Amino acid sequence: MATVAPSTRPRAGRNSELGLLAIALAVGVAAYAIVGLNLDGVVPVDLVRHVGILVVLTVVLHLVMRWRAPNADPVMLPVVAALNGLGLAMIYRIDQPLAERGLRAGFAERQLVWTIIGIVLAIAVLALLRDHRTLRRYPFLAMIAGLALLCLPMAPFIGQTINGARLWINVAGFSFQPAEVAKILLAIFFAGYFVNRRDALTLAGNKMLGLHLPRFADLAPIVVIWVVSVGVLVVERDLGTSLLFFGLFVAMLYVATEKVSWIFIGLLLVGVGVVFAYSTFDYVAARFDVWLNALDSEIYNRDPGGSGQLVRGLFGLAAGGLMGTGLGLGHPDLVPYANSDFIVASLGEELGLTGLVAILMLYLVLAQRGLRAAIGVRDGFGKLLASGFAFVIAFQVFVVVGGVTRLIPLTGLTMPFMAAGGSSLVANWIIVAILLRISDAARRPAPAGAGSVVGNETALIALGDVAPADPVPASVPSVPARPSAFGWDDVEPEPNTFASSRTELIDHREERPTNAVGHESNPADTTGDQQGGPGTSRATLDGPGGSERGTSERMVGVARDVPGPPDQTSTSDADDDDNPTEVVKR
Amino acid sequence: MNSPLRRLSIVMLAMFVLLMGNASWVQYGQAGALNDDPRNVRTIYREYGQDRGPIVVAGTPVAFSEPVDDPFGFQRIYANGPLYAPVTGHFSVVFSSTGIEDKGNAVLNGTDSSLLFQRIQQLFTGGSQQGGAVEVTIDPAAQQAAWDLLGDQRGAVVALDPKTGAILAMVSKPSYDPNVLAGHSTSEVNAAWQQLLEDPTDPMINRTIAGDLYAPGSTFKLVDTAMLLESGDFTPDSEVPAPTVYTPPGTSTGIRNPGGAVCGNGTTATLTEALRVSCNTPFAQLAVQLGPEALQDQAQAFGFGQDLAIPMTVTPSTLGSDFDANDPALAQTAIGQRSVRVTPMQMAMVVASIANGGVLMHPYLVATERGPNLDVVAETQPSVFSRPVSASTASLMTQMMVNVVDNGTGWPGQVPGVSVAGKTGTAQSGVEGVAPTAWFTAFAPADDPQIAIAVVVEEGGDLGDEATGARVAAPIAAGVIEAVLGE
Repeated sequence: MATVAPSTRPRAGRNSELGLLAIALAVGVAAYAIVGLNLDGVVPVDLVRHVGILVVLTVVLHLVMRWRAPNADPVMLPVVAALNGLGLAMIYRIDQPLAERGLRAGFAERQLVWTIIGIVLAIAVLALLRDHRTLRRYPFLAMIAGLALLCLPMAPFIGQTINGARLWINVAGFSFQPAEVAKILLAIFFAGYFVNRRDALTLAGNKMLGLHLPRFADLAPIVVIWVVSVGVLVVERDLGTSLLFFGLFVAMLYVATEKVSWIFIGLLLVGVGVVFAYSTFDYVAARFDVWLNALDSEIYNRDPGGSGQLVRGLFGLAAGGLMGTGLGLGHPDLVPYANSDFIVASLGEELGLTGLVAILMLYLVLAQRGLRAAIGVRDGFGKLLASGFAFVIAFQVFVVVGGVTRLIPLTGLTMPFMAAGGSSLVANWIIVAILLRISDAARRPAPAGAGSVVGNETALIALGDVAPADPVPASVPSVPARPSAFGWDDVEPEPNTFASSRTELIDHREERPTNAVGHESNPADTTGDQQGGPGTSRATLDGPGGSERGTSERMVGVARDVPGPPDQTSTSDADDDDNPTEVVKR
Repeated sequence: MNSPLRRLSIVMLAMFVLLMGNASWVQYGQAGALNDDPRNVRTIYREYGQDRGPIVVAGTPVAFSEPVDDPFGFQRIYANGPLYAPVTGHFSVVFSSTGIEDKGNAVLNGTDSSLLFQRIQQLFTGGSQQGGAVEVTIDPAAQQAAWDLLGDQRGAVVALDPKTGAILAMVSKPSYDPNVLAGHSTSEVNAAWQQLLEDPTDPMINRTIAGDLYAPGSTFKLVDTAMLLESGDFTPDSEVPAPTVYTPPGTSTGIRNPGGAVCGNGTTATLTEALRVSCNTPFAQLAVQLGPEALQDQAQAFGFGQDLAIPMTVTPSTLGSDFDANDPALAQTAIGQRSVRVTPMQMAMVVASIANGGVLMHPYLVATERGPNLDVVAETQPSVFSRPVSASTASLMTQMMVNVVDNGTGWPGQVPGVSVAGKTGTAQSGVEGVAPTAWFTAFAPADDPQIAIAVVVEEGGDLGDEATGARVAAPIAAGVIEAVLGE
């Protein structure tokens, strides 16, 4: 657990990733085979083709990461591969009874095509997007594109109304939900906008009732965007996506400003929105009825807008019980949309509570890993973007699973990576690619000569990756500034009340051409990097084992006992929570 | 920016904890209620689509599930359905199940707590939930003999092992085929159900333990005799009043002996003699003399009015609501007429307790419950239901009942080489044109009883108005006794 910055050998964990990926793919293959065995008594004939595609593509993605993102988080890809594989198996499983009944089937085949598209795009993102900060360049382009996509279903000819919601477009036979891609673009916009206006949003404005209220001028563009996007979604009658955008918006705003007032404002807006929607839109009121009185026979039998689907999903979940019926042995097809909106009920029925909780754990790990990257990465844009993506995955799972299990009213969202539906799958693969890209930056070791110390990791984020923090603060090494390799200028200091209170200073510093070595090591970074680093004391505490490991990990260039410049030290003290995580793991 | 990130991660964690908690609530806490919801189609699929365990008679499954290639996966099949219908009942999800299919459901479908260990094993071996087997106490020879001998007559036969209470035979006619109710086509099952319901002969009623019950006729004199002997004032040799006509106080309608015959010397007879030829007047007169409580106590000791589950619920037999209203009512009740109504099971219990030295064993149908791997997970231990008479009374009554078969009305119940103790009964319907109910209840061998049996044939059976318990019911009992003892 020593604090080491290996300069020559990356500690990225690509081999761990490959091992985990093997396990994850084994889960998908096994699920697929079990479906065939339980349904027909034989392994499905196209097992090799179906699963082979997933295996080959994820392995290629893994290889691309060795090449282009060698330090990226090693857990995300296996988690996503497992989810995608399980989803494919379940969709294939539900195809069988649908085909038997002569209904439209073949969802697995289409999902496979979307999986290919998704992974190929993820590969492209990792290969072409060498630094996530590139995305910061065009926030308003992202905004306009996002809004355009949101409005696309309203367009004549290509727009499609399915089940009363107009949020699909149909191009060449493939339905697509542009809102899923808009999600990415708006997150990019939010991140870019917030990071530029953070100080204004944080500091300017008045206090009212103990809450800090931002200036209207700072708020206006955001509110406009938000109102437009949510308004479009309300017009398109898709509650879930509105909720998702709103959650994303509030979460990112909170991360950017650190103002709890935003949470209150957000909750207030939700309250107002809910009351407004409930009293204005019949379908929203119906959703609440269904949620609260699902088991009433009147509500159950109501058509349209009855609780039949929800309750049938609950029946399925109950039938699964603790251990599930086993893949292929339940009756998930009794629930409408068993392979998309209600895939959670299908999974819960056939894999049981145990399987469902395991799947939820995978999502939790994925989201927390995303946050982990956000904490680790140094630039504010990366932090915001990664946290936005991580949160949007977690929140989407919450809205979907909560809706299906009747924790919250049901909305029409899809389970990321699992539900049948191309737009969601492709969008989420892209999100994961960007998260991997950010995590690569976050975990990239400092080059030789640069200090890199264990961060003060105390939060739940760690999930086994991060050394427990040592309370003893380490002294800060001095790091020579080097010219930026890429010329990007947005490396900024960790937020703290001293530095960020003076926007001019930040601007000034951002403009300095020599303040950063890429995003790997620069004075600003190290201010955040060093405080709380346990350094030497940690190694000592580890005893012989620790020092042995330390030796083997080549404790090169770690300047532990060099006192840092006074301003840096004071910065550290002021904000001891911000430790970019150049963390050495065992 | 990291402290809000950490808080955000806690929010995420909280969201997932909520999800997991709620999923647990739905899939575990609420699961029972949701699974029982009548709107839940899965219940049907689950019940049918299950390798339900068999109901076994002497090592042979009489009800079992076979895999079929339809959405349900398994078809319940009843071998010899009508013969065993009173035992197995039917397994229908369209309508509620009956018989052992109902009472043994938890074992048969594998959810019984006794099968927990097997279920845990299945968890690891990955097998789907298999049902356990229910092995019943039925002796196939006795069951088949009773079935054959009843022929096309309506009626019922129930036989017990007097020493344990195990039910050896349970036949009810007319019967029905449970297979027609176990079908997978709801419309066909509905049609079959309607047809069975509309059948005036009530084929779905298990006459041995339920239905409208029967007037016991002279077989009820066994209860009278037990009461008299237990009172201590009488012995089998006691001379009891035996007029040709007895007119109870408060009425002008006299009670005569069967066929208007003279009993004993026309004035008195020994108790043994009165039972041998089944005189009415002595028992009617003595019941009035001892009073209604004595009769009620004795009847209750035999099981009248008591709840009983074998595990199917047995309709309690009753002396009638007004047996103690006045002397004429009591007198008629004592000879098994008026409102006294019994199940064949009740009468078999009466003779079984006499056969077992006065100890009435709790009747039971389930011998063992086995797990899917045929390990015995539960075995019924015989238990005492009550002690209606003393051992000496039982012994004396055995002699009197042997006398009935050897030398009296019960002679058609004789079995070559076997000493049978029995009692006939012929209950008048009281309705013009409706033939009497014929009874015979017995046990054998008298010195080491292996079987106690009650046979009832409705409306005279094949003999119609000519029917008596002796002529119609006794030969059936004899045949079943022979079948059991002949093994």
